[in-house]
Amino acid sequence: MDQLLSLAAENLISPIILSFVLGVAASIARSDLSIPEAVAKGLSIYLLFAIGFKGGVSVAAHGIDGKLGLALLSGIILSFVLPLIAFALLRVMTRMDRLDAAAVAAHYGSISIVTFVAATSVLESQGIGSEGYMVAVAAAMEAPAILSALWLVARGGGSGSKGMDSTLMREIMLNGSIVLLVGSFFIGWATGEKGLAEIAPFIVSPFKGVLCLFLLDMGLVAGRGLREGGRILRPGVLAFGVLMPLIGSVCGLGFGLALGLSSGGTALMMVLSASASYIAVPAAMRVALPEANPSLYLTLSLGVTFPFNLTLGIPLYVAVAQMMSGG
Amino acid sequence: MQTHKAKRVEITIEAVMESRLTDALKKAGVTGFTVLPVLGGSGRSGAWNRSGQISRASGMVQVVCIIKPDRLDDLLDSAFAVVERHIGVVSVVDCEVLRAERF
Repeated sequence: MDQLLSLAAENLISPIILSFVLGVAASIARSDLSIPEAVAKGLSIYLLFAIGFKGGVSVAAHGIDGKLGLALLSGIILSFVLPLIAFALLRVMTRMDRLDAAAVAAHYGSISIVTFVAATSVLESQGIGSEGYMVAVAAAMEAPAILSALWLVARGGGSGSKGMDSTLMREIMLNGSIVLLVGSFFIGWATGEKGLAEIAPFIVSPFKGVLCLFLLDMGLVAGRGLREGGRILRPGVLAFGVLMPLIGSVCGLGFGLALGLSSGGTALMMVLSASASYIAVPAAMRVALPEANPSLYLTLSLGVTFPFNLTLGIPLYVAVAQMMSGG
Repeated sequence: MQTHKAKRVEITIEAVMESRLTDALKKAGVTGFTVLPVLGGSGRSGAWNRSGQISRASGMVQVVCIIKPDRLDDLLDSAFAVVERHIGVVSVVDCEVLRAERF
């Protein structure tokens, strides 16, 4: 418990978290502070490239074991199954109709790459190693949840669903974030430590500073979402936004332990299972389920679950993973 | 100067639907259109602002096309099939152009 509290306190007063808090506070106080759209896009490209590249270098350094395929399969299974749990919870805990519940559930089966990046940063600062291929697991977990959500809607009669066409499938699978993450992973894997040494001053040293700026922007967006969508956060909805990541993390823990991942890898599997998408899935939901309420799923994933994971969830998952895997 | 009557169609729609809409317009024979960024606004779905959008999920764009009046119905049929269930606005106004052969 002492370790958990110490890790949580250390995490809470890190520049990364405080940057996020600054963004939320500025937005709620209606400050005109904003990160220009193109800058925010540039920051996210940098972070995705850096995290993918470093994951690939790690795989090149440590080699591939049989766990890679199983970890990918586990991620896909989790992404398919978590929306079903989220959907059942939403129907019990809230008054959401089937369409909104399915759209929200899709977000909780997919992942938040920024939460993943923040978690890897915490692991690095704690000196806890993790499997480099967890980046590939993150990419694999982006899309299956969308199919689960569409199935949930179709099972209820399909009203409100435009279904999955080939264009939407291509957009999801070739989503810019996934392409960049997987592409930079392969570049890192192919070029290894030598490649990393060549660009380390660009992708290693400034990483945390860039992450701070990106989280400042995320804080601004989350604060704006809370300010404008706060009225939809009834107690049941709010409780879901905190309970679901905990349930997801337990599922991730089970898979991490069953696969024999390192404590860092298990923590990342927990983080991936606990996080909720706010980039790929919202876009897919706008196309496939246009009548679902976007402010519901964006406010929940970005305004409730993301801050929870960032501040309390990550230290909790890291501590539990270390305790359970004997790390 | 000689001018010619035309119709200006403005479709404000979610950014994720942009390529679907422009593809539908091309299929309807509308080869000329302009896509404009939308900075923000407010409507039935609430207020929206371009700054701080972290994805295209909640962004909007405006597609503007100017066509001959006799092609309006085909264009609207094609556009409506795409935008029917989505957030957005479709409006048509009369306008005049200088070079009729271009539309």
